[in-house]
Amino acid sequence: MVATISSNHLPDNQRIVLTGIGLTAPNGNSLDEFRESLLNGRSGVSEYEIRYVGKTFAGICRFDERRHQARKDLRRGTRAGSVGVYCSNEAIGDSGLDWSNIDKSRVGIYLGVTEHGNVETENEIFEIKGYDYDTSFWSHHHNPRTVANNPAGEVALNMGITGPHYTIGAACAAGNAGLIQGAQMLRLNECDLALCGGVSESIRTFGIFASFRSQGALAEHTDPTRASRPFDMQRNGIVVSEGGCVYTLERLEDARRRGARIYGELVGYAMNTDATDFVLPNPERQAECVQLALKRAGLVPEQIDIVSTHATGTTSGDTQECEALRRVFSSSDRTCFNNTKSFIGHSMGAAGALELAGNLAAFQDEVCHATINVDQLDPECELKGLVLNEPREMKSPTYVLNNSFGMLGINSVVIVKRF
Amino acid sequence: MTPAAIRGEVLDILENIAPDEDLDSLQDDVSFREQLEMDSMDFLDIVMELRKRHRIQIPEEDYGQLASMASTVEYLTPLMKDI
Repeated sequence: MVATISSNHLPDNQRIVLTGIGLTAPNGNSLDEFRESLLNGRSGVSEYEIRYVGKTFAGICRFDERRHQARKDLRRGTRAGSVGVYCSNEAIGDSGLDWSNIDKSRVGIYLGVTEHGNVETENEIFEIKGYDYDTSFWSHHHNPRTVANNPAGEVALNMGITGPHYTIGAACAAGNAGLIQGAQMLRLNECDLALCGGVSESIRTFGIFASFRSQGALAEHTDPTRASRPFDMQRNGIVVSEGGCVYTLERLEDARRRGARIYGELVGYAMNTDATDFVLPNPERQAECVQLALKRAGLVPEQIDIVSTHATGTTSGDTQECEALRRVFSSSDRTCFNNTKSFIGHSMGAAGALELAGNLAAFQDEVCHATINVDQLDPECELKGLVLNEPREMKSPTYVLNNSFGMLGINSVVIVKRF
Repeated sequence: MTPAAIRGEVLDILENIAPDEDLDSLQDDVSFREQLEMDSMDFLDIVMELRKRHRIQIPEEDYGQLASMASTVEYLTPLMKDI
């Protein structure tokens, strides 16, 4: 049985609001920078080279690693940990919370990851190759770097957080899943403040590029900034990116008590599973996931102002998502659809959280950023309200619905309301 | 390698392991732990780096010999005299 009580009817200690955002994207290291890039059509994709695979494209983040970490911490930890540390500290700073007086045992860390450990394992195998595969040269740092909770654990170590910390392995639905986990833990009173979202270090593993290439799903183009092109007829695959986005989530009563600036309220979410294929998505299940999130939020499709699509630039994936969205939104004339991966590529575990953040800024500037790089729209991706190549001004956008899907048929949707 | 050269080599390793520390004022007769922020994983880094650079195998029961710069150099001198 599905709970259908809309958030407005919940007591304030069950209503969950977003009060801080820390992020790093290939085209911005704060929400302001990121938003400016999205509104000005600035791609974050560039040329990239990685061992064995050679030259390709990637979305590379260039945040100030030393801002919150000593050189020794950077040496000892992982890139995903570093992304998490940067984003979490920035989120706390953005939230206006008096961090020194926060009870750290009541802070929970819930970070979504697509994968973790591949980077370090590949590095160690590469290293011991130089020693004829003698495993006595295998690093003692390998296990603490590759345990699945590593990125969240590094945040806890860096910030002195003693509440629960773990990652949520949810393929490319992980960013949304982190957010959902944070909301659930706040509602269960397992913590008073949730640091949640998603992180990715995936451009540091050659395996992910090689696997997408073998699958025929790694984007190619003469111009890296044009390579990520969801919905375009000439799309030919994914641009892999790194990135991170962490939110501070609080119960509304706590946020109100301290007079917090509130980005929005998490009014609905859903996760479900295709159970049909390892890789290929299932539009029927995706549509059900969107409908479940709408139902839980007490909303109808016509009330959604912006749908942030998941589309990654693969031939079948984009088509399937559009089919799912047409099933749900065919009756809505006002809903706009955009795609942030066209700017930054696919930031994997961070994608859901980052793409949501890029759209939340629309509550303030009342603009729906575009899907760029669409020269010729694939008719199978036709959606009424698809915002192509140029941003579109909106009138008081109130609801953003954020799709994030992943391999093994994992689907996630979150809905955030302007506050 | 001479004791002085070995000291230089250990210092070079420490610069990688403890990049935020000021090693210019390192006192050879005082334990590393009293002067630097080092834990057991850092000491294992010294062992690993010596293994990688010079193929020196330091048995676990000898790890205590790496407590200070002076004791480390003294311990390594016979092991590295032919390098």
